[in-house]
Amino acid sequence: MFENLKLAALPEEDEALRAPLRALIQRATADMPIDRRSRSWQGFDAEFSRLLGSEGYLGLTLPKRYGGGGRSPLARFVVVEELLSAGAPVAAHWIAERQSAPLILNFGTEAQRETYIPPICRGEAFCCIGMSEPGSGSDLASVRTRAERVDKGWVVNGQKIWTTHAMRGHYMIALVRTSGTSEDRNKGLSQLIFDIHTPGITVRPIVDLTGDAHFAEVFLDNVELPADALIGEEGKGWQQVTAELAFERSGPERVYSSVVLLDAWIRHLQAVGRSDSATTALVGRLTAQIAVLRSISLACTALVAAGESPVVEAALIKDLGTSFEQELPVVIGDDLAGHPDEPVDPELYRALLYTTYIAPSFSLRGGTREILRGIIARGLGLR
Amino acid sequence: MDFNELLDPFERLLEDVAGPERIRQIESDAALGELWTALEESGFLDALVPEAAGGAGLTLGDVYPLFVALGRHAVPAPVAETMLARLLLAKEGVDYPRGPIVLAVAHGDATPPVPHGRVAEHVLVEAGGESLVLVPTEALTRIETGVHGCLSGSFSWEAPLSGLLCSVPEHGLRTLAALVRTCLIAGAAGRLLDMTVGYANERVQFGRRIGQQQAVQQQLAVMAQQVVAARLASEAACVAGLPVNSPLIVATSKQVCGTVAAEVANIAHAVHGAIGISEEYDLQLFTRRLHEWRLADGSSSWWALRLGEARLASSQSSVDFVRAALVPV
Repeated sequence: MFENLKLAALPEEDEALRAPLRALIQRATADMPIDRRSRSWQGFDAEFSRLLGSEGYLGLTLPKRYGGGGRSPLARFVVVEELLSAGAPVAAHWIAERQSAPLILNFGTEAQRETYIPPICRGEAFCCIGMSEPGSGSDLASVRTRAERVDKGWVVNGQKIWTTHAMRGHYMIALVRTSGTSEDRNKGLSQLIFDIHTPGITVRPIVDLTGDAHFAEVFLDNVELPADALIGEEGKGWQQVTAELAFERSGPERVYSSVVLLDAWIRHLQAVGRSDSATTALVGRLTAQIAVLRSISLACTALVAAGESPVVEAALIKDLGTSFEQELPVVIGDDLAGHPDEPVDPELYRALLYTTYIAPSFSLRGGTREILRGIIARGLGLR
Repeated sequence: MDFNELLDPFERLLEDVAGPERIRQIESDAALGELWTALEESGFLDALVPEAAGGAGLTLGDVYPLFVALGRHAVPAPVAETMLARLLLAKEGVDYPRGPIVLAVAHGDATPPVPHGRVAEHVLVEAGGESLVLVPTEALTRIETGVHGCLSGSFSWEAPLSGLLCSVPEHGLRTLAALVRTCLIAGAAGRLLDMTVGYANERVQFGRRIGQQQAVQQQLAVMAQQVVAARLASEAACVAGLPVNSPLIVATSKQVCGTVAAEVANIAHAVHGAIGISEEYDLQLFTRRLHEWRLADGSSSWWALRLGEARLASSQSSVDFVRAALVPV
């Protein structure tokens, strides 16, 4: 089973992206402390995203005619790996570049592609995803936000919640009900794209347990949208979202969310010269895990590169990867605090506790662990 | 070479000569009989031997699917070990004998339990000298483990070892032996996943198939993840090839596969319930082996220590270290 996940290698022309990008990241993030880097793909810096866009590192997999790089997902893998390894602040463009632009490319009209994709590739247009609602978390098919067809287009009413960077984005892509009721489950759902500043929309940031406000609740009160807000086919929202989530789940970010902390801890061990066997074996185990997770993630990316939509495989690497990301702050904390006579740099301490506190979100965002395991089980032929 | 051209006849051969009843019989009387004769005649044992020496000259990456198939069929003989031993001997022009060979690293004048030791005719021993020695088992004292059904055996000797010689491979014989274990683990773990999913789709409790229970589904999903991890880790180690350039790829694979072996065996038994514990049900043929292979040639933690030492000695980032040392070139 899962024989389609095969060992894959990065082509040399894609590896060639690494060195110049690394130099750019180093210049742009030289003064960033570890605890800010450990925010990984939650760190928001619009200027940095524009810099990446102007240097051609965004939209690598998108066609050149829309401002993309016309390259394979393996090229994007290299770029993402470099950004995450350095803890570069990528949140501004992250969602738009990772899943919104591919969604628009796959299902949008020519006019939508020309409108939205080029500014996303320039790092100038940021998107947020309106999926969850107060009554719809893992049970996404129960969304109640409704779009009614009117003469000039659509009128949307409802509420979204846990919408990442809604207060800083330019566009929202929302999953809404366009026919039937929530009893009809995944039938009658559609995706709409619109300016987040359209009249009738209220965005209220939600502060999280680390003091950051990266997500928000979004109220939609008689929001009037033009007919061309619809992406793809009316009523096909569920199928489109499923394909989109494969992009959201399959990337190396599901392995590397805590890698800044891992590297900072290893530098600490080297600085204090610690080499007892318990710590050394722990370093070895985590290194082995990250190696195999990377190879699975790469295998999954190779499937995307081959034109497939690896929904089940993406669920598999996300669950495995986030388990690893969540274990890191626990075992690293145990190691550091297991040596109470050894001084710990305050920056490392802040990074440790930031990652410890935020880690539960790793297996919530983009689909909970339980939902993903259900998808894998179906892929195994159960049910 | 096309993988299927190589793998399909090999799988058919294993199905013919290494079915579950045959495995049980060999576990009982330690006589390989026609299983070995058929393997010998098939030519597969010379797959890695250079063409100049009469073999097929395949690479380790080429034979990786065969190694995995050995695990998938719980083959009760040192097939992969013999293939590697023949390569080490043949590439130095040594005329190797027929018969099953196991790989062992000695401590003093004895070895730890060696998988398939009970059915071996020769032991290729690394005993601290410059050369490996291929010793006929009749020249050694063979000690059974006393564990039910166990084909492992250890060896001891009093007189200095003598036999055919070849060089110690780069990074030692244990690295090669550990590599074999990881492929076998990947194969057996995959087989257990198939068996366990099949069982969950048939067994009815509380009026429905247990595979419809979320709690069981979640366990099987974890099992599938572990199987994929073992497969890609062991494949990377094989594709890296011989001589082993980086023992750290093998260390990674054994660390990962050792952990996978324990977890997969546990889930397979948990889902099967009591039937899986019984002798007559085939599950135990695979789960017992997973544990034997996990414990042989250095456990997860031994290899983690080797890998950790190298990692701590490097000033690279984790991503760079993985790319430089743990990815086949």
